[in-house]
Amino acid sequence: MTLSVDVRHHQGDFLLDASFDSGGRLTALFGPSGSGKTSLVNIIGGLIRPQQGRVTADGRVLVDTAARTFVPMHKRRIGYVFQDARLFPHLTVRQNLAYGRFFTPAAERYADFSDVVDLLGIGHLLDRRPASLSGGEKQRVAIGRALIASPKLILMDEPLASLDEARKAEIMPYLEKLRDESRIPIVYVSHSVAEVARLATDVVVLDHGKVVASGATGDIFSRFELLPEEERGEVGALIELALVGHEESFGLTVLRSAGGEWRLPSIDAPAGTVLRVRVRARDVMLALERPVGISALNTLSVTVVDISANAGPEALVSLDSGGDRLVSRVTRRSVELLGLAPGRKVFAVVKAVTFDKANIGGSHYQHRSI
Amino acid sequence: MQWLDLSPDEWNAVRLSIKVSTWAMVVSLPFGIAVAYTLARKEFWGKTLINGLVHLPLIMPPVVTGYLLLLTFGRRAPVGSFLAETFGIVFSFRWTGAALACGVMAFPLMVRAIRLSIETVDRRLESAAGTLGANRAWVFVTITLPLILPGIIAGMILAFAKAMGEFGATITFVSNIPGETQTLPSAIYTYTQVPGGDAGAIRLTLISIAISMLALLASEILARRISSRFEPE
Repeated sequence: MTLSVDVRHHQGDFLLDASFDSGGRLTALFGPSGSGKTSLVNIIGGLIRPQQGRVTADGRVLVDTAARTFVPMHKRRIGYVFQDARLFPHLTVRQNLAYGRFFTPAAERYADFSDVVDLLGIGHLLDRRPASLSGGEKQRVAIGRALIASPKLILMDEPLASLDEARKAEIMPYLEKLRDESRIPIVYVSHSVAEVARLATDVVVLDHGKVVASGATGDIFSRFELLPEEERGEVGALIELALVGHEESFGLTVLRSAGGEWRLPSIDAPAGTVLRVRVRARDVMLALERPVGISALNTLSVTVVDISANAGPEALVSLDSGGDRLVSRVTRRSVELLGLAPGRKVFAVVKAVTFDKANIGGSHYQHRSI
Repeated sequence: MQWLDLSPDEWNAVRLSIKVSTWAMVVSLPFGIAVAYTLARKEFWGKTLINGLVHLPLIMPPVVTGYLLLLTFGRRAPVGSFLAETFGIVFSFRWTGAALACGVMAFPLMVRAIRLSIETVDRRLESAAGTLGANRAWVFVTITLPLILPGIIAGMILAFAKAMGEFGATITFVSNIPGETQTLPSAIYTYTQVPGGDAGAIRLTLISIAISMLALLASEILARRISSRFEPE
């Protein structure tokens, strides 16, 4: 599945002028509020008719203003999960779920009702009405409703934004399963670095209606300048760790990357599981010699690849750790005192407690290396 | 309770009123929904004019409405003669004319109630249905219509009650013929015009009140049933 978008659309003073191509399993449209993310998914979904441009999905033209083509939304077969669920209040959960199926040609119904219900864990809700569901349950039903219509593409507009942390944590694993086990590509709108870093395979960064950058998630999120000011603390690297075993007595989990061994707070998964972990740049310390007598549990031998700094007090140091890329955020003063330069071998030190659940995602398939 | 026994003519008036009001309500319903939907959702040139025309029977003297109906649907009037010759439908001095007069008088009330409920429908639900593959007709039938059902019931009951009480336009258009066009209000009016008619007038008045109360009660129960489905159990 390749999605190709190239549109211009005025809304009042706001100009959306965006173009990108993506073939990812889960492409995130990422940017601050007001950057045009929602307008862009609404154009893809057919809720907005762009003034100018072209949208194609797998070669099928959805919009082409030059050729006066506009496929209405009910003929696009694009599922849409809205931020506010939008379940039909007069129908039961079962009827909500089955709604889209009715309109899908029989030959194109690939989604199995009970499979989707199992995937999302909503079997016990089927006879209830939307008004009696919690926010997290509503959102799961909304995802199920979009899936059961057997769409060719699913759009999700900040599906977790209206939920508290506990509910987010409840839904995340379902989104990961959906990304890894279904064959439906997903376009996911979010302004949260943690969400996008955990879920997305590809990221399109939007700002003021323009595409600032697009590419693989790991590449985008290790680039400081691409993140909005208030999210720069979230810059980090995504690496894959294979679970080796558990240290039950300490409540720790031992994992292995290409660059060495890691100890993280307990992760509930069996040995052999590949996890995608985000290591924030601000959590990575650098040392010239292997530190001894230090509380931090993770020390890796790394090589400096690149140092980027501007007029501010900080610098972002890119590191190579056995083929994985790590980033460290240090002061320019430290760069100078330590004599850091590309090619220099140093040690990266990461405290185990800096990892929280939001930064650790499951991965059920082999990523391309990032 | 001897005094509550109705004469055959009085029974006729009761039956006729219910028949006329039911027909007025049922036949105007599809038009009412269509007009309410158009006024609530569409922007077009002349919308204010249409809106004014719909509301006209509400603000004009009923006698004027009745007279205009007579001028339009009378035996020799253009529309009336056409309908009579082509479809065999005759309105003047028939119960059908009474139903037409009641329907026209009740129409603005019905449209207002339905229009208000259409305006409160969350249109985002309709676009959600659109993304699931429903075209506009399906969206209307499966989403909009069920959501505005309470408004439709309210509009129907209002129209029915208004039709039960309609007097001026009816008597002007189709006169006051016992057994054919003499509805409850006309019958009550007739009683008040003859000496010693008080007992009859009171009997019919009580029946009129009872029918209106029953209709209101039925609509309350229905509306509560429907809206309870939207609430948490």
